[in-house]
Amino acid sequence: MAAVIRIFIRGANSKLSVSGLGAGVQSSLGAALLKLSPSCNARTKTQRRHASHFTFHPDPVRTQYGPTQKMNLFQSVTSALDNTLASDPTAVIFGEDVAFGGVFRCTVGLRDKYGKDRVFNTPLCEQGIVGFGIGVAVAGATAIAEIQFADYIFPAFDQIVNEAAKYRYRSGNLFDCGNLTIRAPWGCVGHGSLYHSQSPEAFFAHCPGLKIVIPRGPVQAKGLLLSCIADNNPCIFFEPKILYRAAVEQVPVEAYTTPLSQAEVLQEGSDVTLVAWGTQVHVMREVANMAQEKLGLSCELIDLQTILPWDIETVCKSVVKTGRLLISHEAPVTGGFAAEISSTVQEECFLNLEAPITRVCGYDTPFPHIFEPFYIPDKWKCFDAIKRMINY
Amino acid sequence: MAATLRSTNKMYGLCFHAARQAAGLKAPRLLQRRAFTVSVSSQQPFDSSLEKPQFPGASAEFVDQLEFIQPNVISGIPVYRVMDRQGNIINPSQDPQLSKETVLNFYQKMTLLNTMDRILYESQRQGRISFYMTNYGEEGTHVGSAAALDPSDMVFGQYREAGVLMYRGFPLDLFMAQCYANADDLGKGRQMPVHYGCKDLNFVTISSPLATQIPQAAGAAYAIKRENRNRAVVCYFGEGAASEGDAHAGFNFSATLECPLIFFCRNNGYAISTPTNEQYRGDGIAARGPGYGMLSIRVDGNDVFAVYNATKEARRRAVAENQPFLIEAMTYRIGHHSTSDDSSAYRSVDEVNYWDKQDHPISRLRHYMMARGWWSEDDERSWRKQSRKTVMEAFERAEKRLKPNPELLFTDVYEEMTPHLSKQRESMWRHMQQYKEHYPLDLYEK
Repeated sequence: MAAVIRIFIRGANSKLSVSGLGAGVQSSLGAALLKLSPSCNARTKTQRRHASHFTFHPDPVRTQYGPTQKMNLFQSVTSALDNTLASDPTAVIFGEDVAFGGVFRCTVGLRDKYGKDRVFNTPLCEQGIVGFGIGVAVAGATAIAEIQFADYIFPAFDQIVNEAAKYRYRSGNLFDCGNLTIRAPWGCVGHGSLYHSQSPEAFFAHCPGLKIVIPRGPVQAKGLLLSCIADNNPCIFFEPKILYRAAVEQVPVEAYTTPLSQAEVLQEGSDVTLVAWGTQVHVMREVANMAQEKLGLSCELIDLQTILPWDIETVCKSVVKTGRLLISHEAPVTGGFAAEISSTVQEECFLNLEAPITRVCGYDTPFPHIFEPFYIPDKWKCFDAIKRMINY
Repeated sequence: MAATLRSTNKMYGLCFHAARQAAGLKAPRLLQRRAFTVSVSSQQPFDSSLEKPQFPGASAEFVDQLEFIQPNVISGIPVYRVMDRQGNIINPSQDPQLSKETVLNFYQKMTLLNTMDRILYESQRQGRISFYMTNYGEEGTHVGSAAALDPSDMVFGQYREAGVLMYRGFPLDLFMAQCYANADDLGKGRQMPVHYGCKDLNFVTISSPLATQIPQAAGAAYAIKRENRNRAVVCYFGEGAASEGDAHAGFNFSATLECPLIFFCRNNGYAISTPTNEQYRGDGIAARGPGYGMLSIRVDGNDVFAVYNATKEARRRAVAENQPFLIEAMTYRIGHHSTSDDSSAYRSVDEVNYWDKQDHPISRLRHYMMARGWWSEDDERSWRKQSRKTVMEAFERAEKRLKPNPELLFTDVYEEMTPHLSKQRESMWRHMQQYKEHYPLDLYEK
């Protein structure tokens, strides 16, 4: 402690300026103090940050859409937005901080390229962002609204559920906001805690008139986002934020669309059907491998992709074949979307089921900070659930 | 000290400038206290040697006297009017000098609306329609503003703007069809009565949630601005809806994003039973405009020419300058909130009678017309008879019409029919097959 004080006082006469308290840019005082800490050089157990709970599995390269480029998820989103602004002169992108490129860099370069009347910041107000977006869409222009985190979408809930979703129906198809797409970063990120980790798809799944789409990687993200933008219904596109940098694939440079409401069978199998979306697809990929290696099971893995309207046919067809279904998502289990899938599948495939449908989801708590490793539906929880299903 | 003297010449906010310019009134001695000016400053390089605030958030002067700005609710923003309560022009320069034909049209539209309201209100009482909302006392706000707009201007309403639609030419048959939810309803029978909409007349379909249209109007105006086609957007709402967060959002967005938009607030004194002194504590809605950097004015909503003049000028400038305008039209809701309300529970009959008899937009305009020899008692009698007849005929036709086919329950949820909705539709018809005697299928088109 005395050593620290001595260095502090000595430092006051040299480069360390005491008057510039907390002067952010070159805070050498902060760095200097840290270096003095005994635990600084040898990081103890409690200081190591927990490793990622999944490994990203890239999609194979698509050759049918022309030349490809290595892109991560946020770059594939930028690419989709770039294609849109180039081909649709009415398209505008707006939200908090999108002008400088966005807090997740999804809109980097677009304002310079397309102009400040097409890529612009709005005041900090989600109900305004979505309401404004509905108006742009109703007037016939393509509106792409960004909500900074899915956790902050709730002030816009009234505009989304009472207005956007019902515009066409209530007007007898005189008016609609099909030109509206809302994008928001979604899902756990390792340290996001209550308000930077949420997966709110279940709240909106209960609302007819909306489409909800969640990609598992850059190639899917671009194709699905372009489909959402082209779709003549209001769409919510949730982007798994943990994949923004971690997911890298070869993504076609030109525009292409991936169909909505079509689940994708990523791996065929005969013993158990695994259904997931977003980041969890990659967890399930590992679970399928573990099940194969340790239990000799052949798993059929399905990425649902569109939550609403969801592809009932593909999932039921698979369960008829395998007789067992595991659904997994980060959102809390009660009222989560797995409940809807589970209920429909047992109605349609009751006699084909060999075991009760299992859901491996987040607990019914708010998303915790330090307890995230215990909270999330990781590969061990899913593996264990499969074991119990097999032995039912 | 010098700062204090300088600022006594400044008015409270920009709205007074607008009021003076638009109305040609002499600057009233409203405020002797310090005002603040909101100046949009461009980026100046930071220079701490100047004794001027360098904050990015505001560039006003420094002051060394501790004084809170008084929200001026006693005298407040003045009410612009052209006619007195007897329909006499006060300042001839403000008479828009509209043609006899135009003024007669104003009058006939306002009275036709009034007649339709009486008949449809009564039809709800008799159980023929499920619900209705009248426009009594506010006809001037509808017709005056609608007349000042271009037919291509987009209208976002709340629910008490039927006169705007009527002025634009929406036929009685379609008003009735919507209220009866019959097979002629453009909305396909999906919404409660008075939730009108018409694409051809650029009147966006009404929805029940209040104030949701306000940020939407800002978005539509932004898109319209980019089209560069001399169109504006007008957004109507009541003083109660102005309390919603969406109103704040809409005002702020329209100002920061520079939208050609007219916000038209009908301040009619009540939000159902809630009087204005329980709705807000500031000087109404107009006083909020300057807070957003918006040009604002308060007008006499029962003076159709004042409404007309203000809307006309606001529209001209909104489109020319790409900025929003806020018009607060003061008026009075003579009728109940709706057929589900009995306003004698919270206000006196005397109060209502005052407005009905002493300050009504229809009477004031009639006095104006009669003073010019454009209308007589005979004209009044024959017009009343004719308008009642037209309304009754439309009413009888609407009553006889069947309701829309129940197939329409399932369409337009999405642009396309989805497999799961298709299945649900089939299941409904199968159920109807088996249990048809329990359902009023005869009232619906096949």
